[in-house]
Amino acid sequence: MKPPPFDYHAPRDLGEALRTLAAVRGKVLAGGQSLIPMLNMRLAAPGHLVDINRVAGLDALERSGDGVLVGATVRHADAERAEVHPLLTRALKLVAHPVIRNRGTVVGSLVHADPAAELPAVLAVLDGRVRLARWDGGVRVREVRARDFFTGPMESAVEPGELAVSAFFPALPAGGGSAFLEVARRHGDYALAGVCAVVTVDGGLVTAARAACVGVGPVPVVVDVGEACAGRAPEEAGWAGAAALVRDAAQPEDDIHASAAYRRHLVGVLAERALCDAAREGAARGA
Amino acid sequence: MEHEITLIVNGAARRVRVPARRLLSDCLRHDLGLTGTHVGCEHGVCGCCTVLLEGRPVRSCLTFAVTVDGAEITTVEGLAPGDGRLSPVQRAFAECHGLQCGFCTPGFLCTVTALLAENPAPTEEEVLEGISGNLCRCTGYQNIIKAVHRAAELLAEES
Repeated sequence: MKPPPFDYHAPRDLGEALRTLAAVRGKVLAGGQSLIPMLNMRLAAPGHLVDINRVAGLDALERSGDGVLVGATVRHADAERAEVHPLLTRALKLVAHPVIRNRGTVVGSLVHADPAAELPAVLAVLDGRVRLARWDGGVRVREVRARDFFTGPMESAVEPGELAVSAFFPALPAGGGSAFLEVARRHGDYALAGVCAVVTVDGGLVTAARAACVGVGPVPVVVDVGEACAGRAPEEAGWAGAAALVRDAAQPEDDIHASAAYRRHLVGVLAERALCDAAREGAARGA
Repeated sequence: MEHEITLIVNGAARRVRVPARRLLSDCLRHDLGLTGTHVGCEHGVCGCCTVLLEGRPVRSCLTFAVTVDGAEITTVEGLAPGDGRLSPVQRAFAECHGLQCGFCTPGFLCTVTALLAENPAPTEEEVLEGISGNLCRCTGYQNIIKAVHRAAELLAEES
């Protein structure tokens, strides 16, 4: 239960961090709340660790009318306390325990890409994006949309030598409500299944509705249920029908914690509740 | 390769040479001799190794000592005022029978000290959420919850 040896790098600025990553192709250490358990259990043994905690400028949390930009070293707890985005704040309260959130980072959770994690689903349902930087004679930046970012269980589009420098979570539109519901055996555990939903209500009618599921597929499963309920009043939008679409899109698997059938059932129940809650909030915000 | 780092532990600057892979929990216990911080699961689940980093509770088993070079750390040894008396949180745990074997206690004391510093009068729900990341296999938690409320009273009386 001790980490294997590695060479340690603690760059002070972004250029140095990217040059180091280009040279050694090491693993990035931010909050370490997923990486260090993997090292302690010897599930990972990288030759080099590049610690970005001292890199200047990566701890910015910027809110604009368009959304929220979260830097690579912004801790879960800081993003939660800042209350910069209603859905992000809800999801953060479900991430592990408060003490883990004091150290873990938002961008780290995205890059770790655990299929049962909350934050990838939030990025996916909002159609957010991650900014990746690499060194190629200078700082080269590319942006990857959520749909292209999560490529498999614990796999993201980050290539060797790249650093995820920030993530952008688009703001909810006027009349947009959100919800995040999940079922876990124990408080703070990864959920057996979870659903987040965003519903937009305009002039008393639903105009858009999306849901994303966690824990029931290799990557967050995003389902646009707008066609099933658009043009109807939130209280009679037929959320059970929309929830069935979400349930059918899930790809759950059996494991020691729950059967695939039980997970599928949970997704249906949680999706209906989450869509209803989001619609109620959207109606209140749009009024 | 070893790294020379300085940690401000319980108010005193401590210089120490550690390999990069040294966990903060092991650095505190083995390099600095502060064995009050207990090590349970070593993957962030049990909460025994919780210490305060710049006043905030963190898992010392999920933190490398080199990462926190220069930072202020408070361990269970640093919670009492130093004149032989216990801190209000420690007194409350003793009064309410919030411990039996004591293995989890250093983690609980650090977690609760920070919880009450941020929220001096937590609700029952906030207490449950606050201590949800610490496991105790003796008490059944009820007396720990009582101890948190009692500690809040003691802190309010003192201030």
